Amino acid sequence: MNDIKSLKNRIAVVGVGNTRYGSFPDVSDYGLGAQAFKAAIADCGLDKNQIDGLVCCRVPYYARMGEVLGLNPAWTIALPGHGRMSGMSIIEAMLALETGAAKYVALIYTNIGRSRRMSYGGEDSASIWDPWGFTSPGAAHALMFRMHMERYGTTTRQLAEVSVAIRGNAMLNPDAVMKKPITIDDHEAARRIVEPLGLLDYCLVNDGAVCMIMTTADRARDLAKPPVLISGFGARDGFERSSISNFDADFWFSEVREAGTQAFQMAGVGHDDVDAFMCYDNFSPTVLFSLEGLGYCERGESGAFVEGGTLGVHGRLPTNTDGGHLSNSYMQGWALNIEAVRQLRGECGARQVPDCEVVHYVAATPCTRSIIYTKG
Amino acid sequence: MNVTYTKPLPVVDSLTKQYWENARSHRLSVQRCRDCGDRHFPPCDVCPKCLSDDQDWEVVSGRGTLLSWVRFHRAYWDGYRGELPYDVCLVKLDEGPLVLSNFSGNAPENARMGMPLRAVFDDVTEQVSLVRFAPE
Ligand SMILES: [Zn+2]
Repeated sequence: MNDIKSLKNRIAVVGVGNTRYGSFPDVSDYGLGAQAFKAAIADCGLDKNQIDGLVCCRVPYYARMGEVLGLNPAWTIALPGHGRMSGMSIIEAMLALETGAAKYVALIYTNIGRSRRMSYGGEDSASIWDPWGFTSPGAAHALMFRMHMERYGTTTRQLAEVSVAIRGNAMLNPDAVMKKPITIDDHEAARRIVEPLGLLDYCLVNDGAVCMIMTTADRARDLAKPPVLISGFGARDGFERSSISNFDADFWFSEVREAGTQAFQMAGVGHDDVDAFMCYDNFSPTVLFSLEGLGYCERGESGAFVEGGTLGVHGRLPTNTDGGHLSNSYMQGWALNIEAVRQLRGECGARQVPDCEVVHYVAATPCTRSIIYTKG
Repeated sequence: MNVTYTKPLPVVDSLTKQYWENARSHRLSVQRCRDCGDRHFPPCDVCPKCLSDDQDWEVVSGRGTLLSWVRFHRAYWDGYRGELPYDVCLVKLDEGPLVLSNFSGNAPENARMGMPLRAVFDDVTEQVSLVRFAPE
């Protein structure tokens, strides 16, 4: 197998599961991971002892996770709790399945950041810029959004459209953490955190866990639910300019463009074929940068593109139909990937996108990953 | 000079020691590769362009342009609690590297991307001077 594009439609997601999302100070990472794993196993109908591949993301110790679940896999990897790692994990699992290193892979993500009061800034993430008071991923996105405002005239009211549309989607998701309606004016009036960003531009911080089960498309046919195929993916890292964490002076435009183009070409679909878009929304500006990088709109025009409810479930480009990181749950990309699967299965109830056949996931970060899922 | 300085201070190590010594004498410097001439900041253990070990610190002009700026309304360190809100700016030095810093004094009312700035130094403790930027 020399051409990565030959992986088109060869690997499937067959099971998905998640915990409730919220604050669970009395449950460990492993307890949450086990809940999500059990749900995903039940979803696909496998015997848990058939799992011979394990991906642990943000799980403190992979071996303890395996111990708790009674697994002795043939292939295990552990990845840190960064949002960029979800797409990376899914692609790694594809490669393990294609090569035969594993037959059924469980990917487990756990997060207890809320109940353990993780602050995502200051002493939790020391850097050379601390003496000037600069810290936190949110501040890095505020710096980038200011540059977008200066270069293209984008406004905070346009940015509000992202948060408002995604909150509207969350209101259709009974499991979402934040379901109170918000308006553009609410976005503008919300407490400033790092200007030009305010509270409603920031993702939630909550506890929870997600599990996905993946196998080859051939094996997937025998399982409980119709498989969802991975039709395309693309990848590009941008480490060279990473002296400021979570910041890129060009919004990772070239990385997102490259990863997106690879995924579209591999899947053989175009922008108009995409029925739903799952866009890593750690902060609302990331959505604008992703739309431009992927070519859903021209460079500099994302502010106008999102106006008028474009990203709502019933809008022109239904985006983060579960409510995303901004309003559903801070599962660092994982919840968006299981939402992609549920949309393609038609399991989404009030937030279901009609006739959903193609779903596009992207995380615009220093490790950009783009994945296109289709109905099996 | 404030003897009870409570904001974060630099972690001075072998890689950054020269930078902070230069700052103490009010000179802004960036790391420069003696083999390929690449200038970068923060410093790296080897030159990121050519992997050379032969690197030095070059004192730069202190001139740059404003790329971006933000205003912190949240104190991630206790030492900033009494000073909210405060500003951080991103400056592209004329020599190339990007640096995060603060405005000297309040943010200029006419702040805009591309605004010319110049480095000034603030002696925040007996040992540490921080570069900040003022409109040219
Ligand atoms: Zn060099």
